[in-house]
Amino acid sequence: MKLNLKVWRQKDRESQGKLVDYVLEDLNPHMSFLEMLDTLNERLILAGDEPVEFDHDCREGICGQCGMMINGIAHGPLQNTTTCQLHLRSFTNNETIFIEPFRSQAFPIKRDLRVDRSAFDRIISSGGFVSTNTGQAPDAHALPISHQVTEAAFDSAACIGCGACVATCKNSSAALFTSAKINHLVLLPQGKEERQERVIRMVEQMDAEEFGHCSNTEACEVECPQGISVLNIARMNYEYNRALTRRK
Amino acid sequence: MNLDAKIPEGSLEQKWENFKKTAKLVNPANRKKLEVIVVGTGLAGSSIAASLAEMGYQVKAFCFQDSPRRAHSVAAQGGVNAAKNYKNDGDSVYRMFVDTLKGGDFRAREANVYRMAECSLNLIDQAVAQGVPFGREYGGYLNNRSFGGVQVSRTFYARGQTGQQLLLGAYQALMRQVGKGAVKLYSRHEMLDLVLIDGKARGIIVRNLDTGVLERHAGHAVILATGGYGKIYYLSTLAMGCNGSAIWRAHKKGALMASPSWIQIHPTSLPQSGDYQSKLTLMSESLRNDGRIWVPLKTDETRNPNDIPENERDYYLERRYPAFGNLAPRDISSRAAKERIDAGFGIGPLKNAVYLDFAKAIKEQGRSKIEEKYGNLFDMYRKITGFDAYEEPMMISPSAHFSMGGLWVDYELMTTVPGLFALGEANFADHGANRLGANSLLQASVDGYFIAPYTVANYLSGDIHTGKIDDQHPEFDKAQAAVEANLKKLLAIGGNKTVDYYHKTLGKILYDYCGLARNEAGLKGAIVEIRKLREDFYKNVKIPGDSIAMNSELEKAGRVSDYLEIGELMCFDALSRNESCGAHFREEYQTAEGEAMRNDAEFQFISAWEWAGAGADPVLHKEELTFEVLKPIVRSYK
Repeated sequence: MKLNLKVWRQKDRESQGKLVDYVLEDLNPHMSFLEMLDTLNERLILAGDEPVEFDHDCREGICGQCGMMINGIAHGPLQNTTTCQLHLRSFTNNETIFIEPFRSQAFPIKRDLRVDRSAFDRIISSGGFVSTNTGQAPDAHALPISHQVTEAAFDSAACIGCGACVATCKNSSAALFTSAKINHLVLLPQGKEERQERVIRMVEQMDAEEFGHCSNTEACEVECPQGISVLNIARMNYEYNRALTRRK
Repeated sequence: MNLDAKIPEGSLEQKWENFKKTAKLVNPANRKKLEVIVVGTGLAGSSIAASLAEMGYQVKAFCFQDSPRRAHSVAAQGGVNAAKNYKNDGDSVYRMFVDTLKGGDFRAREANVYRMAECSLNLIDQAVAQGVPFGREYGGYLNNRSFGGVQVSRTFYARGQTGQQLLLGAYQALMRQVGKGAVKLYSRHEMLDLVLIDGKARGIIVRNLDTGVLERHAGHAVILATGGYGKIYYLSTLAMGCNGSAIWRAHKKGALMASPSWIQIHPTSLPQSGDYQSKLTLMSESLRNDGRIWVPLKTDETRNPNDIPENERDYYLERRYPAFGNLAPRDISSRAAKERIDAGFGIGPLKNAVYLDFAKAIKEQGRSKIEEKYGNLFDMYRKITGFDAYEEPMMISPSAHFSMGGLWVDYELMTTVPGLFALGEANFADHGANRLGANSLLQASVDGYFIAPYTVANYLSGDIHTGKIDDQHPEFDKAQAAVEANLKKLLAIGGNKTVDYYHKTLGKILYDYCGLARNEAGLKGAIVEIRKLREDFYKNVKIPGDSIAMNSELEKAGRVSDYLEIGELMCFDALSRNESCGAHFREEYQTAEGEAMRNDAEFQFISAWEWAGAGADPVLHKEELTFEVLKPIVRSYK
């Protein structure tokens, strides 16, 4: 099949970027989207041009490193799918595809399609953990946790930290990412000791990173590869207000 | 060279206890004067970095990914083993030790294997305390599944994302220390050389992958937790960035490499569909609990699989291994698939796969039961292939997966370079010649949480008077200059072939001659071919761009240049071992029925290879294995 690509090229953070046209022919529809970019890069390299820089690693949908806007949609047209799990059979022959980086004030562009998502790491380091040191744990069965609670915590913990929620949000809010971690930990008894301090710190860090506010459009849930629910955000707001009223 | 494994005194059960009792300690006031460098932030790297920082050491952690949470531990699906015996089905540390040693075909140290089983108990406690949401029963207690043909249920799991959840636990512990300032984190930094001062590991040279700038980092000890090198085959279940460069560059500075040719080829991954392909996705081994593996009886079969009648199908695993059938261990199953494919019975457009058929299970148990057990895997299969495995059999094929080989380490996880430690898949230690399912997450975790914190402290106790290591020492200048020269050399070649071309060609040579089956002539030929390919690489590879900027092609070129040397060593290793054991199957050493023939009289040792310089043949050293508790027996799955 044939595809007409319009790819965002930008040398570095300070430079001006632009869309560049490339035409690829004889593509196999079973190729993955990233393998299509590999094919483009091979051609660019052999022609003496610089290849398109893009983030990727595991290519099986779990590491969260890949991610780009494809025709304006984070991770492309398939729901609950990372960019690496997308295949060309989701496109039509001779289609024009716009490929751009995840855009957000808090995710500065490094080069081409690569962005800096270290703000997510800083949100986690502000409080997204249980404060337990190695070797302190009691026997795992000392603390029974119901099946339902564990499953609910898992649903939140499944977040892969790709940033599609931020990229798709008109406010560039990181509420879905942050709330998923807060809920994963607050639902479990191990995480309850620090619930007040954790939510306040993580929300403050989220704001400090210049992510926007959540205005409940729920677009993030639609684009999330792991289907993380927006109910996490509602619960985060509850936890945050609860913590503020109890803060001494 | 005398390879002293430093196994502690005492009975098997007492060895680790005895080590801990007598290990040297460092006073809390002295710990903050000691700096430790940790390379890699997967389960092993994150857990040791967090643990050392909690104890009060100064830690620097490095990873090439854009966040520590991306490390490839994240992709492990099935679970993590622990001898908790929560199922009351007769499990114990001893039984787990037996299964692991036997599964590894008696090519691992008894003391190491026993310690891993022993520490498995604490790991589950640790992970639960961090908030890892392991699967639970309705009463609130932890659930287990059975895995990899053992007779007990000892595998803890978090749906099909156990690696992700364990890694997030370790990552969060790491980020907690980063927030406190106890760990300095360097994401998107790749180690390009190890720095030795007076024969001790004292630092590393890294390249900032976003800017291309080289940096020096000094420390009192260096810990490599950089994972496996199975990506050397190009097509593999590993992440694109997985590489062997850190351990290889340490190898060239004096650390011996053990059993480099022992690579696990996993039986159930998706087959290659074209030359453009970059990766073979793994489908969890658990599918073999209900799926039946077969190929057509005719080589020129063109019918749809559902139209091929029962009596024209060959269920070759059930035929050859009636006792274990479709649940035969990974090495056996992969080899049997290759045998059928090579004989011309493979299926699919490239005739490179076998069927994994659920029709019988769906008929007997109902579709909803199969959906409940494997729904996410069937969904993943549909996403990648576009086919519905409820309606027709899956197509699967073997794929490179895990390196049992790695840097040689003693019982304290220290390499032959003083102060250089290797943890997790980067070392060779616990799996012998074949790793059991759900033991890799375990090994990475216990190395980082429970073993290295004691053994690294034991080493550092000798450094409390050393003072800060100076990164302006001439050895750092020398190492950095060599790294710079190497990058310049690669960029200057300006040929006409891409880095991927060399990686793919090397991968094909290794699959053909140093993969599931090896023989003397093939290995000798492969060494010649790899040397030619390497020569061609340094003449004709084309790397665009500059070294002082982001340049993924340059990163890849560095890794492939190392692979071109590791691949050669793998062939030497396979050639020198005139026996078949675990993943290492030498065609000359098999029974009349085509089963592996181990040779305990001559090969009951670990091969540890020394770098002898560019172009020279590597030098073999041996660490004899002794079995005091469990006498080696022949593995049989008939």
